[in-house]
Amino acid sequence: MEWVDFFLQQLITGLSNGMIIALIAIGYTMVYGIIELINFAHGDLFMLGAFLALTMLGMFGLGDWSGASAWAAVVIMLIASAGFCGALNWGIDRLAYKPLRDASKLSLLVSAIGASFILVNLGLFWGGLPMDVFAGGVAAAAPKDFPALVPNSNLLGESSLVQFTPKDVLVWAVTVPLMIGLTWIVTRTRLGKAMRATAQNPVAARLMGIDTDRVIGATFLIGGALGGFASVIYSLYNNTISFQMGYRAGMDAFTAAVLGGIGSMPGAVAGALVIGLVRSMSDAYFETRWTNTIVFGILVLILIFRPSGLLGSRAKEKV
Amino acid sequence: MTLKTAMLAAALALATTAGALAQSGTLKIVSSLPRTGSANAQTGSIVNGIKMAIAEVGGKIDGYEIVYEDWDDASPQRGNWDPTVEAQNANRAVTDPTIVGYIGTFNSGAAKIAMPELNKAGLVMISPANTYSGLTKPGMGEANEPAIYRPSGSINYFRVVPTDDLQGAVAAEHVASSGAKKVFILHDRELYGKGIADVFQKRAKELGITVAGFEGIDTKASNYKSLCQKVKFSKADAVFFGGTTQSNGGQVAKDLRSVGFTGILVVPDGCCEEAFIQAAGAANLEGNTFVTFGGLPPSELTGRGAEFREGYRKMFGFDPEAYAVYGYESARVLLDAIKRAPTKDRAAILKAVSSTKDFDGALGIWSFDVNGDTTNRVMSINAVKDGKFVFVHRAGDAPTGGAKPE
Repeated sequence: MEWVDFFLQQLITGLSNGMIIALIAIGYTMVYGIIELINFAHGDLFMLGAFLALTMLGMFGLGDWSGASAWAAVVIMLIASAGFCGALNWGIDRLAYKPLRDASKLSLLVSAIGASFILVNLGLFWGGLPMDVFAGGVAAAAPKDFPALVPNSNLLGESSLVQFTPKDVLVWAVTVPLMIGLTWIVTRTRLGKAMRATAQNPVAARLMGIDTDRVIGATFLIGGALGGFASVIYSLYNNTISFQMGYRAGMDAFTAAVLGGIGSMPGAVAGALVIGLVRSMSDAYFETRWTNTIVFGILVLILIFRPSGLLGSRAKEKV
Repeated sequence: MTLKTAMLAAALALATTAGALAQSGTLKIVSSLPRTGSANAQTGSIVNGIKMAIAEVGGKIDGYEIVYEDWDDASPQRGNWDPTVEAQNANRAVTDPTIVGYIGTFNSGAAKIAMPELNKAGLVMISPANTYSGLTKPGMGEANEPAIYRPSGSINYFRVVPTDDLQGAVAAEHVASSGAKKVFILHDRELYGKGIADVFQKRAKELGITVAGFEGIDTKASNYKSLCQKVKFSKADAVFFGGTTQSNGGQVAKDLRSVGFTGILVVPDGCCEEAFIQAAGAANLEGNTFVTFGGLPPSELTGRGAEFREGYRKMFGFDPEAYAVYGYESARVLLDAIKRAPTKDRAAILKAVSSTKDFDGALGIWSFDVNGDTTNRVMSINAVKDGKFVFVHRAGDAPTGGAKPE
């Protein structure tokens, strides 16, 4: 039953791709939920996380990574990139968005686009550093190979047509606990409560004694950190990074967030999984060149029939 | 009155001297190549080749100083050649009367933009790297090609590289000779990539190879795992990718291996650069990936070509990349024409370039044919070994693997 194998394979690939998109999408949706800003810089922030991970690998040395040392490197990179992206996102909020809290939403949006440009060019500069991992930095804009720390062996046995690899395991093993943890933070902790309150009505939240700036800062920190985790998983899964990767990843994640209902975290995850699967199925059963058309076609259809997205709240637009 | 007369006399005297001394002044040559982005390693070595050719004539021809400018046709936003920038470059060249030669472009798509502009101005253009057949050869591309690039009706565009109709065929012949029976063809939907994939498909069918699929990829995708799984399940034993490093050839090669595809991968000269190996990861290409190249790699050049290789190493301190010799040859053929031209203006130089015959170059002895193409048809098949391109065999001019003699 080869077609069953083929279908299962696409499910695995689609879900893994979707999971990565989901982690980025949460960063978009959290920020939108709390200050109604589409943070265009988020995809590029994610890109810088991947550059940091590769730089760290370069500094540890690019020897033969195997077994325990490889997994240790993965854990260190995950923590470092998450910390870096979280801090950077928090900093961007302080510098570029906080002064515009009371300005029109459009100023905020333009500021986000500007931040995105700065980050992209930072990535371009970073790729030109004279390090071995960047091939000496001669071609700054060239895609960089990311060493395959996580093996690509087939866990279902080498004879099996369906491939399920440690890479897929990594994606799932990192993403699912993060999402559970995030849900716990948002629904069960004081900070989560404050975040929800600020999202619902910042003025009332402030009247109730919530330091909204601190809450917003925390939101950027968490969203950025998730982007950092995503960047390492993405790099280990695809094994290539480039200064332009934030654009496509951000586009997919943003689409996922809108598809799921922007502002809703479970929605962003659902939207991302849908996009991952649709991409995979379209590549497999139609032609690759139609994939974007199909993804955006589905987005249009869903928004026509459910303007608030798959899991978006049906509440009236708060003013 | 006297002052005016004196000035007139002086001016007259000056004019006569200028005439008597024949000519002096500056002739400018420019190149328009993507200098930002991953093609930079190749284009940098083309530029070095051009500089070397100019240095060899001492930067002077018949009392004229030869000035060279290295223009970029890429933008950081695209990390690749940019149509807007290429158009700007072409206009800039046309409006500067001291420019007598335009060396470029690297990408065939960019040539499409510059060609008609330069053609109207009668400015000679020599490409060191464009291989898309339709740019010069009637009946090989779209119906209106190549006339659409020649609004003035005459030819001003020349190239020193063999074209894709030869290269795509050689790639198909290599696949056939490797024993593969079924091939999956991928391309990047660009002029060059799709063009060469079309040629490949035609030749593959003639050779009796089954074509399992023919698909354009999304060059910005993060991975091609699903597509590559489709290739694997199609039981194809070979893949041809028509595209370049810039159109994500590295990721395609990487994902083919990551899904467990075990057949051979054949890519055209757009991937014949170090950046391709870096993007794909050397281990993914080892022994199973073949690169066709219009011409011979620097290590295989003999005679004048070998002299070029040595001279290049001496001048720059490292080995030339694959395209360096074409930059060198483009500049040399242009300088040769400037020398032969009776007057040093655009029209005379253009005429001299088009009459280039039995040119004793680093690539052998060759001429420009009626379309502006080189008569040189030497091709090579290269493989990747230990992270480096290694020469496998010569093809194109001599029949190999069932090539029909032409």
